[in-house]
Amino acid sequence: MNLLEFISLVFSDYTVRTVTMGAAVLGLVSGVLSTYAVLRKQSLLGDAMSHAAMPGVVLAFMLTGAKEPLPLLIGAGLAGWLGALLVMLVVTQTRIKADSALGIVLAVFFGFGLVLLTSLQSSGSAQQAGLNKFLFGQAAALVLDEVLLMAGLGGGALLLVALLWKEFKLLSFDPDYAATLGFPVRRLDIMLTTLIVVAIVIGLQTVGVVLMSAMLVAPAAAARQWTDKLGRMVLLSGAFGALAGIGGIFVSYDVENLPTGPAIVLCASALVAVSLLFAPNRGLVAGWWRARRSRQRLRAAAVLEALYVMGEHHGDALHPHTLRSLQTALPGKDVQRALGQLQGEGYVFHNADGQWGLTQAGAETVETLLRETARE
Amino acid sequence: MVSEYPIHVEDLTVAYHDEPVLWDVDLQVPEGTLMAIVGPNGAGKSTLIKTILGLMEPAAGQVLIYGQGYAQQRQQVAYVPQRGSVDWDFPTSALDVVMMGCYGRLGWFRRPAGRERAAARAALERVGMQDFAARQISQLSGGQQQRVFLARALVQDARIYMMDEPFQGVDALTEKAIVSVLQDLRAQGRTVVVVHHDLDSVPQYFDRVLLLNVRAVAAGPVAEVFTPENIRITYGAKVKLALKNGNGH
Repeated sequence: MNLLEFISLVFSDYTVRTVTMGAAVLGLVSGVLSTYAVLRKQSLLGDAMSHAAMPGVVLAFMLTGAKEPLPLLIGAGLAGWLGALLVMLVVTQTRIKADSALGIVLAVFFGFGLVLLTSLQSSGSAQQAGLNKFLFGQAAALVLDEVLLMAGLGGGALLLVALLWKEFKLLSFDPDYAATLGFPVRRLDIMLTTLIVVAIVIGLQTVGVVLMSAMLVAPAAAARQWTDKLGRMVLLSGAFGALAGIGGIFVSYDVENLPTGPAIVLCASALVAVSLLFAPNRGLVAGWWRARRSRQRLRAAAVLEALYVMGEHHGDALHPHTLRSLQTALPGKDVQRALGQLQGEGYVFHNADGQWGLTQAGAETVETLLRETARE
Repeated sequence: MVSEYPIHVEDLTVAYHDEPVLWDVDLQVPEGTLMAIVGPNGAGKSTLIKTILGLMEPAAGQVLIYGQGYAQQRQQVAYVPQRGSVDWDFPTSALDVVMMGCYGRLGWFRRPAGRERAAARAALERVGMQDFAARQISQLSGGQQQRVFLARALVQDARIYMMDEPFQGVDALTEKAIVSVLQDLRAQGRTVVVVHHDLDSVPQYFDRVLLLNVRAVAAGPVAEVFTPENIRITYGAKVKLALKNGNGH
């Protein structure tokens, strides 16, 4: 299936449309909230919370026997939230540091979830088959009601982010200062954490608990590369998340039996890779380019200065010299290339005898440079 | 009896994991003074101002701001945290950070508007940073970042200013700008408390000083309590005195 066929399917095929919308909603909501997780350096909290949701799903199924998503999602949300609360408790009440607390909670909850899941499997309960999708995600199973539920939950979360815009910004940048201004930092913290739980719950069926944490890091990490404004970062992160969601559905339709979770996460990772490499200012390529340019400028300045100094020995700054003598004066530098560049810019000339000399503009540039160095 | 001091600290003890960081500290800061808190590393200087600001819970004792608790009086107090306490790679501009000083006044949900923007610009000008308003904060030098933090506190237009190491690692220009703001604040009758590292400049910049090393060694006018003897007690005998000319007066 090519991209065009996929797009036409989105508009014509009910199932494809439902699944794509679901993945887009998931990407948008987790993308927006990932901004805060990343800026507050809480990416690992998302990881712990999503893994902690697993036993909640299985327990909710065991208690209700329901296959509908709502009770299972409520169970997931409660367990994820409990996991986050436990991390906070461990950090504030004991001397265990946050990273260890996160690791412990993640392992204990997820392990417990797997034990429950396995025991269900061995008891031969036929219905449990549906629970496996919570591990790696299976968007194909989404129905419209579930997507609408996800959209409702996600819309509520986004509305809160918009309402509490300045509060969440301040909390993320400088929580101590926020507290001195009288904002209830603890409660805002819990609220933001709860919103991240909402994002996880939305992503459970599509991405699964194992890889959900990637959706709480990747969109924001990619978005941060492109902008220095929080507002734009949030919008871009949401857009990247949605794009990864839709892209993941496209990829998983193309590859037989590929769960949607890994496909979506791979798309998000591709966005991160492109952003890390090619973003202006913060991108690696832009950085290499800047370093190259500044090396060239330094080399050119050294050549100009050498020409000037050597010329002054002849009592004339504009006196030309052979390439050989310049290379002797500046060992280890690519003098020829610098000269070619400087000639193009009109700072040096190349005469009929093959000698190089400063033009008037070149001499003036060196004099300015020397004055600036002297002042410093 | 109700204390009318801007800051009144009584029998304050603060502990971290059963380890006392501050022990039975008493302090009264009179209105309109510039006060330095000095002491060695781990003396509890930052802990003291964080406890005054209600960021840490005392194990014993109390803090009064104009005779009441911090929660009732927080509009009177502005805080300049240590520059290193935040991540300056946060996606925001200098002007935006300064506007955060208005957030407390604005209250819930309301966004800063033209008035707040004007106040933030004026504050940036007071610290000589008006040309950097739109600059991404990670592109500022350390001294410029410090001045942005100071401007943010100025926007609060408070009667009491608490500053944690504002002179830490800043350039000469920034130091001058901060000192001039401090003197302006005192001239307006405001009270300023500064955690300070450089003993040499204490007599020059401040009129009162608290010498702190878990306990309050001495507090009062610089001329009276900033003596070599008190400094020796505060820093311990093994520390060489930084003072070159007696107590500087």
